Amino acid sequence: MGSVTCNPLAPPSTHLLLNPSKIPKFCHSRRQLHGSQRASKIIAYYGLKTPPYKLDALEPYMSKRTLEVHWGELHRGYVEGLNKHLAKDDVLYGYTLDELVKVSYNSGNPLPVFNNAVQVWNHDFFWESMQPGGGDIPKYGVLEQIEKDFGSFTNFKEKFIGAALTLFGSGYVWLVLKREERRLAVVKTSNAINPLVWNDIPIISLDMWEHAYYLDYKNDKGTYANVFMNHLVSWNAAMSRMARAEAFVNLGEPKIPIA
Amino acid sequence: MALRSLAIRKAIGLGKSVGLGLRGLQTVTLPDLPYDYSALEPAISGEIMQLHHQKHHQAYVTNYNKAVEQLFQALNKVDTSTVVQLQGAIKFNGGGHVNHSIFWKNLAPVHEGGGEPPHSSLGWAIDTHFGSLEALIQKMSAEGAALQGSGWVWLGLDTEFKRLVVETTANQDPLVTKAPTLVPLLGIDVWEHAYYLQYKNVKPDYLKNIWNVMNWKYASDVYQKECP
Repeated sequence: MGSVTCNPLAPPSTHLLLNPSKIPKFCHSRRQLHGSQRASKIIAYYGLKTPPYKLDALEPYMSKRTLEVHWGELHRGYVEGLNKHLAKDDVLYGYTLDELVKVSYNSGNPLPVFNNAVQVWNHDFFWESMQPGGGDIPKYGVLEQIEKDFGSFTNFKEKFIGAALTLFGSGYVWLVLKREERRLAVVKTSNAINPLVWNDIPIISLDMWEHAYYLDYKNDKGTYANVFMNHLVSWNAAMSRMARAEAFVNLGEPKIPIA
Repeated sequence: MALRSLAIRKAIGLGKSVGLGLRGLQTVTLPDLPYDYSALEPAISGEIMQLHHQKHHQAYVTNYNKAVEQLFQALNKVDTSTVVQLQGAIKFNGGGHVNHSIFWKNLAPVHEGGGEPPHSSLGWAIDTHFGSLEALIQKMSAEGAALQGSGWVWLGLDTEFKRLVVETTANQDPLVTKAPTLVPLLGIDVWEHAYYLQYKNVKPDYLKNIWNVMNWKYASDVYQKECP
């Protein structure tokens, strides 16, 4: 569903040849400026992924205008910033976005590229954490795990919304699968920090930066958080992310649901 | 048991002398704006001013009072862990109240001197420390634009070295959290709620226009008080 087009021709750097096992997930495209025959010096590393729905598909819970500015301008700005950084420094060449986030976090002393990289990751993840006709409750394994780790879905929902309301400043609220503890947890992070840097696996996120809700809800964080839970959150996305996460974290014997 | 109540009574006695007013806990109130909500247009829209003042600042006031009330009870019960736990809310909401109270005074409508450059000692100090007023404005705007997340950018006076500084603070941290000797002269709120409805994500435009309604008179007054 991404908007990146692949150019399978030879990569311009020898670094890739040193790691033949690394399959680059990004592609290079050369832009022609003003129709000149010379290739431009700008090499795009990442593309702006479009959300898996039209920009007005989340109405009336998240307006088209919000998506236009939040995705079309802010998220796009982060992608462009990221590419600008990468054009300067080919030591960071060859990483997937996940890896780039973890590497540039640098154990708490982030490299300059971290902010753009992680915000691109965060926003890709956020758009996919929502869907038109979202909300309701999860099913099967996700629901079972939530009930196991939070007692009940209602309890989880309260915790999640509570975290959104007690976040000081900008940040995100996450439903995350903790690798060490092997359980789900609700986590709130400041600014752009992402649970990937602690080696945990995000399942759902809610962007609590003011730019995410201000146009639609002004200062009413409570309504925004509730609307997200009731009408926007994509449990389908959560299900596929959980399934993938279970390849890395042993959650015990699988219980095959009966039909 | 008796020792404990004796200790509490002693503490209350001390409190009385310090003027804590234990019978009525002092609360803070939302200060009035010295101008209309629409008086700062077109630099800052009336809609933003109204929301900013009536909703955001009011929320900080309300939540600060709530937190202080809970702190008071926890102190009386000698519930130390609750006292410590409340510090986050007190810093955030108290800081929000302190910062915004300064902010409203930092701004003035154009017809009341907003945007007029500083003269006398502050103007001279700015030229000495930064080269020119334009250089200072440039620096503050750049720091504000570079700030990730929520926070403030300040023009402060270091009362120890009698020096002007440009600082940023995160979230609602007041300037004193950077150093206890710093006194804020001017603060610019770069939380998204301060500009998003009008400028969307183009923060640099907000930081360019806000100088048109900057109340340098207030900054001068504070400066002259500290550096007579």
